[in-house]
Amino acid sequence: MKIAEINRQDEMIYPGHNACPGCGAALAVRYLTKALGKNIVLVLTASCWSIISGMPPLTALKCPILHCPFPSAGSVGSGVRRGLNARGHHDTTVVVLAGDGGTFDIGLQALSGAAQRNEDYIFVCYDNEAYMNTGMQTSSATPFGARTNTAPYPLYKEGEKKDIMQIMAAHTVPYAATATVAFPADLEEKLKTAQKVKGFRFIHILAPCPPGWGTESSDTIEVSRLAVATGFFPLYEVRNGTNWKLTVPADIKSASLSQYLGLQRRFKEMDDRRLNELQHEINRDYQRLLDQVAKVTAETQQ
Amino acid sequence: MAFQMISGSQAAATAVQRVGVDLVAAYPITPQTAIVEALADFSAKGELGGEFVSVESEYAALACCNGAAATGARVFTATASHGLAYMHEMIHWCSGARFPIVMVNVNRTIGAPWCLDPDQGDSLSQRDTGWLQLYCANAQEVFDMVIQAFIIAEELLLPCMVVFDGFYISHTYEAVDVADADQVRKLVGPPAFAPQVIPGQPGNLHGLSTGETHLKLVKDRHQTMLRLPVLFNKINKAFAKQFGRSYNILETQIPSGAKRAIVAAGATAETVRWALPVLADTGLIQLRVFRPFPAAEIRQVIEENELTELLVVDRNCSVGMGGIFAQELRSALYELPKPPQVRSLILAGGVDLTEQMLVDLLQTTGNEENFALRWGDEF
Ligand SMILES: Cc1ncc(C[n+]2csc(CCOP(=O)(O)OP(=O)(O)O)c2C)c(N)n1
Ligand code: SF4
Ligand SMILES: [Mg+2]
Repeated sequence: MKIAEINRQDEMIYPGHNACPGCGAALAVRYLTKALGKNIVLVLTASCWSIISGMPPLTALKCPILHCPFPSAGSVGSGVRRGLNARGHHDTTVVVLAGDGGTFDIGLQALSGAAQRNEDYIFVCYDNEAYMNTGMQTSSATPFGARTNTAPYPLYKEGEKKDIMQIMAAHTVPYAATATVAFPADLEEKLKTAQKVKGFRFIHILAPCPPGWGTESSDTIEVSRLAVATGFFPLYEVRNGTNWKLTVPADIKSASLSQYLGLQRRFKEMDDRRLNELQHEINRDYQRLLDQVAKVTAETQQ
Repeated sequence: MAFQMISGSQAAATAVQRVGVDLVAAYPITPQTAIVEALADFSAKGELGGEFVSVESEYAALACCNGAAATGARVFTATASHGLAYMHEMIHWCSGARFPIVMVNVNRTIGAPWCLDPDQGDSLSQRDTGWLQLYCANAQEVFDMVIQAFIIAEELLLPCMVVFDGFYISHTYEAVDVADADQVRKLVGPPAFAPQVIPGQPGNLHGLSTGETHLKLVKDRHQTMLRLPVLFNKINKAFAKQFGRSYNILETQIPSGAKRAIVAAGATAETVRWALPVLADTGLIQLRVFRPFPAAEIRQVIEENELTELLVVDRNCSVGMGGIFAQELRSALYELPKPPQVRSLILAGGVDLTEQMLVDLLQTTGNEENFALRWGDEF
């Protein structure tokens, strides 16, 4: 799919929404709603998107949006799906949208419950790697070494970013995939694929946030691209928790981690020791992913 | 009539089955567990009418009900104690969103320490969440109130909690007239409230609002809830026609000439009812509805009967203030030119109410120090 083609698709997002310039989260939802079409219901938990969506009776999207409390998204999605089924709306796609906080942290229990029950909807996490609605506090999706307002200088985020995809894969959900805004065709294809799958589907979208990350709003796509190229945020999908497939390979020769971090003021105080530690984590996880993919390839060739 | 020897829990579950729901989402906790199991049983036999969802927490149970109700589905859940406390955020949300959800709460203490006895503090600490609260005194009332709760909730577009004491009601067996589903459905009808989520129709449901908007919405909920007394009478006229029995917001039993009454809600009201013959010149005011608080109705009973003394049985305690029913009652009486004396018996922790306690209490005179406040451990 070409970007020109994506641009020709119907817009589901209205101009004049409340996102900051260069907001990756707004872009992510723009693409995902284009991919899924008009017959969707969006369950939306507390996040920047609670604000982006506008103040009722205004709305930023051309589909029903049902807001819900912060920890509840996974469970509200279950109810909406089953309720729509009871009323005969089997064809409507239910999308639950949550930030990284509403997915990795406070929403994890509901997410896990819904995934385990194999609820028939698409859970989309747009990951801006912190609590942005409340002003950039650490979440368990914040990468090691980043500065946040709950880890201010000279502190920095200790501990690794939680690997939510491995957690979802361990739930053996029918479909899980990563995506990011610099690769809209990949993102759209994954959502279109997800829409055809029955049961629980999970999409993890890296969504750069200029004010939170300390990037230029004109750099959103470049930052997103570098996250993939460096192997920091690989683009892949996994079916039934076992069938791993890389969709856009990393391109380590073309991009370095310090180049990626250098565009983001939240990593300004990152020293070499921390940089090496983060690089080690990235290498280890990327290698594990390659091994998981290779295992599938080997099995299918047998 | 179709009498069955069943527990209060079975009465609740049977009522839900008779009404017919699209979805039940629930999580087990003593002493509510038997309700969940009975509903799962109905579901396994294909008799529930809708789905039973085994969720991972009470919070999820109510959140799931919330999502389904948004689409216009009729839903039910049940919980108790820590489960209700754990739901707290969703309890507020459902009411603000005007979802007509029906929930049973089986009263139980909240720890620490762990305790299973039937303190009413769990439901009463959800007092200000915008839910209607109906208290039942026996298993028949449980069956009937659960049915009526669906009609009330869907008419007012407010969630409704049906409350009864753990063990005393949930686990004791009584003969209950469980009307068959046809009869119940004739009365209740299919869910008639409008869905909020309609595929294809854009809407920004329950997104950010201003304080001014919020005020208007709260005011509307308040004024809507105050419509209950009229609605309740209307429902009970139809109920009487269908089933030959009916209820009032306040159930009063005051012997002529009696100038004092015991005020009670839930199982203690039933105890008092049975004790009345041995309590000289004393009446009973059973509080069936706690939200909306039946202040005007209570004042009317007091004025008509010229009551001078009320003894309030509270199986709960708001630490730092005292019995919650007593407190609410006092504020309702404030408008009377000559309010009766209000005495309080606190059975927090869910301790038993005995006839002897009542006899002792009523012998205490106004000159004695412990006249106004007694605790259940003093007898
Ligand atoms: C129970 C509860 N705790 C805290 C909040 C405040 N709160 C609202 S949004 C938010 C952060 C959301 O972070 P994330 O999920 O990452 O989404 P983002 O804002 O980054 O888009 C917080 C802490 C809340 N609404 N509810
Ligand atoms: S703070 Fe970040 S995520 Fe939130 S609207 Fe602004 S750019 Fe988007
Ligand atoms: Mg975030």
